[in-house]
Parts: sequence; structure tokens; C-alpha cells
Amino acid sequence: MAKRIEASNVSSYYGSFKAIDNVSMTVEPKTITALIGPSGCGKSTFLRSINRMHEVLPNARIEGRLTIDDQNIYDPDVDITAVRRMIGMVFQRPNPFPTMSIYENAVAGLKLNGVKKKSLLDDAAEKSLRSANLWDEVKDRLDRPGAGLSGGQQQRLCIARTIAVEPQVVLMDEPCSALDPISTLAIEDLMFKLKDRFTIIIVTHNMQQAARVSDKTGFFSIDKTGEPGRLIEYADTQKIFSNPSQKKTEDYITGRFG
Amino acid sequence: MGDYPSRSVNSTAGHLGVTPRHAQGAGSGVSPSAYEEPPIGGGGALPKKSRFSLETGFRGLSTAAGAMVLVIIVAIAVFLISKAIPAIQADSENFLTYNRWSPNEATPAFGIAVLALGTVLTSLIALVVAVPIALGIALFLTHYAPRRLATPLGFVIDLLAAVPSVVFGLWGRDLFQQPVRDFSVWLNHYFGWLPIFGGEGPFGQSLMLGGLVLAIMVLPIVTSLSREVFQQTPGMNEEAALALGATKWEMIRTAVLPYGKPGVIAAVMLGLGRALGETIALALTLGITWEISFNLIQTGGNSIAANIANSFNEANDTGRGALIASGLVLFAITLIVNMTARAIIYRRREFRDSAA
Ligand SMILES: Nc1ncnc2c1ncn2[C@@H]1O[C@H](COP(=O)(O)OP(=O)(O)OP(=O)(O)O)[C@@H](O)[C@H]1O
Ligand SMILES: [Mg+2]
Repeated sequence: MAKRIEASNVSSYYGSFKAIDNVSMTVEPKTITALIGPSGCGKSTFLRSINRMHEVLPNARIEGRLTIDDQNIYDPDVDITAVRRMIGMVFQRPNPFPTMSIYENAVAGLKLNGVKKKSLLDDAAEKSLRSANLWDEVKDRLDRPGAGLSGGQQQRLCIARTIAVEPQVVLMDEPCSALDPISTLAIEDLMFKLKDRFTIIIVTHNMQQAARVSDKTGFFSIDKTGEPGRLIEYADTQKIFSNPSQKKTEDYITGRFG
Repeated sequence: MGDYPSRSVNSTAGHLGVTPRHAQGAGSGVSPSAYEEPPIGGGGALPKKSRFSLETGFRGLSTAAGAMVLVIIVAIAVFLISKAIPAIQADSENFLTYNRWSPNEATPAFGIAVLALGTVLTSLIALVVAVPIALGIALFLTHYAPRRLATPLGFVIDLLAAVPSVVFGLWGRDLFQQPVRDFSVWLNHYFGWLPIFGGEGPFGQSLMLGGLVLAIMVLPIVTSLSREVFQQTPGMNEEAALALGATKWEMIRTAVLPYGKPGVIAAVMLGLGRALGETIALALTLGITWEISFNLIQTGGNSIAANIANSFNEANDTGRGALIASGLVLFAITLIVNMTARAIIYRRREFRDSAA
């Protein structure tokens, strides 16, 4: 239920602008990997390159090689929708479908994949909402609008929606940036729980969060605006936060911790 | 609204054109209130709220505007009804069911049945044909066409909306009639067993021709409004659907169409409004007969608005009253349609209101 992601020499472009340059890293199954770095250094771009959401934008393209368990994600013969089903994504801002109820949101991915049987959908809705630590809060109002929940609940609903299709890898782009500390902790707990089943890659600006949840950490940086972002250091989280091998990493981390 | 010219005066010559009373009401930069000196955040005692402020002025203005609309509507309604009632009382036949229109005779005999049926059928044909095409074009423009193509194409469609209806009417009568006649013959040949496509002919100036011309007139309205609606779908919802593994069409079905539904319904209603009220294009393209018939392709058909245009000139007093009464029926039809649409839009309202 979890797969290895391997990036070699990945560069991503927006038109002629190169946003990230030559990123290589391997993410092991059933681990949590945190990506940190200053704003604009290409963390989101890299994350979106992994599930081919990058190319949704006009003129966006990538170079290099990305594989999931040795299958090339960018193979011209590969079905893009299959890639995205295998590699789910949670966005920075909670984005439940505004026209759907909580229940419909939770099973939206399954319906898209042709699951029609009510009992299957019911089970999946309950299971994914439980996994997302949301079930107890919403079980009595599953038919209410998903957008009527609080921000933290909406984000957990989006997580439920993502994991309901049982992906192999879950990408999270600053999933807690709009949330209060309690919701943040709830989502961090959730990540620990989900780690048994999924490979998780999370972008975060919160250094403590990276230190708390992740097994490995990648530090991206950028020399100056207009330059592409680069992966400066990628190692065990422990090592990055206690004894980074790069001066830039140390500056960034200590700068933040003061 | 009559007060607005002062805006242009303001923009060129300060508040020269504003009367003293206005100057106090609208402020014009110099506040008459107790906020006398900076700092803006205040310093001393809490100032009194001003009695005559911009706020009061605007509230009065907008209340007046709202009241004016009501007054105008009531005045029009009273006028129309007062004209219509004597005519209907003079009618020697049932106004709702009779199928002739002779209100100018010594014993007036007229009924709305044929006209109302024609109005409804032509509008239905127009919507059935135009709405799917319009939605298709709108989706193509917003989600499939490259921008280089979408912008000029959208412009051309907006241009189509600006063509006066008499042009469509003449075009429909003189050029479009032949293809529609051929199409009608074909329909009659293969689908003649359906009553709506039956009959012996002649074909041509039929409800079908009128409806298709209306469809072309309705198309740009529905297209350009739907396009705007579809463009407003939040990008993050589209991405959410794509990230779940949706194809483009599935994404449109999951995120774009449900989100745009109320807007599309509104667009269709505006289109329907135009179709129901269309006068000259139908006066030129329909066969103008007085049979109650659901046949769409035989020469014939009539509509409320077309009949008003055709008969107004030679109408006497009762005749004009009768036409006004038919206009009220058209108004009632439009109202029912609009209220139904609103009911549909409001039904899932909470889902939209809570959408951030
Ligand atoms: N849609 C886009 N079109 C063009 N350039 C873009 C687009 N999105 C991002 N970029 C550029 O790509 C670079 C990397 O952006 P990205 O969003 O990946 O940064 P990030 O590390 O996620 O930053 P943040 O921490 O602020 O989210 C930036 O220079 C940004 O301006
Ligand atoms: Mg980002």
C-alpha cells in the first residue's frame, strides 16, 4: 500500500522560467518526508511535479526522471489519471467541493473512479472519515455542506477525500498553514497514523512540525529571486536539525529557531 | 438616478455644481461632523455621530430608487389591467381557449390559446436546440480552447448578441427557410409517425423555423453568461478534482457544472425571456395561422408578441385592449418561468452560501 518515490535530476519550468533545478531524492515507503525552505524556493513546484499536477498549468513542464517503484511517472504511455489516483494530494487551503455534502466530498474520488454501490461508498466514507479523525464530529450531519465545516475540519475532510481512494503516496502542501494549533496537532497525529499505510511527503514552513513528524527532511533554497530553487540537503530529520552538513541549512534552521 | 450628473461635475470642477444641502449630505471631502482635526484615529473625547452623513444620503437615495421601481410597476400594471378588463368583458368567446382573433368586429371574439401555445412551443424549440450548444461552446471556450482562439471566438459570439432581431427575422424568412423546409421534409419522411412531425405539408414557415431562428438569437446570451459562470469556478476545486484522478470531462462534471448550475439556470432564464418576448423575428418567420396544433413543421404557428406586432395597427379600442390582455398573459408566463427557476436555484442554496 505504499510505494517508493525516486526523483533524479528533476527540473521544473513555468514557460521559460526554471523554478527548480536538478532535484534528486529518494523517498522510502511508509515514511514521512518533510520539505522545508524559504518562500518561492520551489517546494510546491516539486511536490506538484510528483503527481503530474504541475503540467495542469499552461506551459508548465519538467525535465528529468521521476519514478514510483521503478515505473516512470512521466512515461508518455502512462495514464495521468492513474498517476494522480496513486499519488494523492492535499492542498494548502482546504478545498472541499462547495456543492457537495460532507459525505459526497468524502466519496468524491471513489465516485470518480466508478464506484456506485451504496454500501461500498458508505463503508469507504466512514473508514476515511475515521482515519481523518473527523468521523465523531460529523457523523450526525453527513448530508450537510462540506464547506460549512470549520477550516480545520475542512482540511481533515480533504484528507479523508484524498485517502478514501487508497493512494500509495500522499502529498501535502502546507496542510496546516491555515489551521489553529489544535487542528494542527490533530493533523500531525493523523499523519503518524497514516504512515502505516501511505508514503507521505509534506511541505511545511513550520520547523517544529517538520522536526516532530518527519523521518527525513529535504531543505530547498534559492540564491536570489529569478534563480531556480535547489535541494541543498536531504537527510534524516534528526541530522538536519541537530547537525546539518551544509552551512545554508544551518543558517536557515537556526535563523528560524533564534 | 437623476442626481448622477453631479458626478461628472464633481470629477471636473470639484463640488461647484453641488447644492449646499448636498454638500452637507454628501460631505464632498469636508466632513461636517465632529471629526475636526487629525489624528484620524481620534484623540480626545468620543465624537458624536454625524446626523447628516454620506451614509444617510445614500440610504435615502437607494430607498427612493427601490420605491420608484415599485411605483412604476404598479402604475403600469394598473394601466394595463384597466385596459384589458373591458376588452375581455366584451369578448363573446372564452378568452383562454378560443382559437381566433377578431376583436375588432361588432361582436368581438378572440382567444389566447393559439398564441400562447405558439409562444411556448417556439421558445421550447429554441431552448432545446440552443442550450446544449451554448453550454458546449461555453465549456469549450473556458476549458478546452487555447486562449489565442478563445478570446476572438468569445468576441464573435458577443457580437452575435448585438445583431438586431429584425435582421434575424429577415434572414430567417429569406435564407434560412429553404434549409429548414428541406429538414422538415426529412423529419416528416422518417419521423412522420410522431404527431409533432406529421402532416402533409406545406412545410417552411413553421414553428420549427421560428424556433430555430429564436435558438440562434438565444445562443449568444446563454453562451456568454455561461462562459462567465464557468470561468468563476474556483481553480482550487478544479485542481482538487484533477488530483483525485479525474479526467478533464470528469473534472468538469464534478467541479465546474455543479458550481455553475445556478448561474447557468439564470442564463437560460434570460435566454428564455428573450425568446418569449421576441416579436419581429417571429412575425417574419411564422406562418400566422389560427389552428391549435402541436405540429412543428407544417406552415403555421403564431405567437403572442408576433400577433401584437401584426395586429396593433388596425386595432380599435377593444382590439387594443385585447392585445394588452394577451400581453398580460405573456407576462404571466414569463413570471411563472422565472419563479420556477428561482425555486430551483434556491433549493440547494445553503450549499452555495456556505461556500467560502
Ligand atoms: N503558476 C506559476 N506561474 C509562473 N511561475 C510560478 C507559478 N507558480 C509558482 N511560480 C514560481 O515558481 C517559483 C517556485 O514557486 P513555488 O510555489 O514552488 O514556491 P514554494 O517553495 O512553494 O513557496 P511557498 O513556500 O511560498 O509556498 C517561484 O519563483 C514562483 O514565483
Ligand atoms: Mg508553496
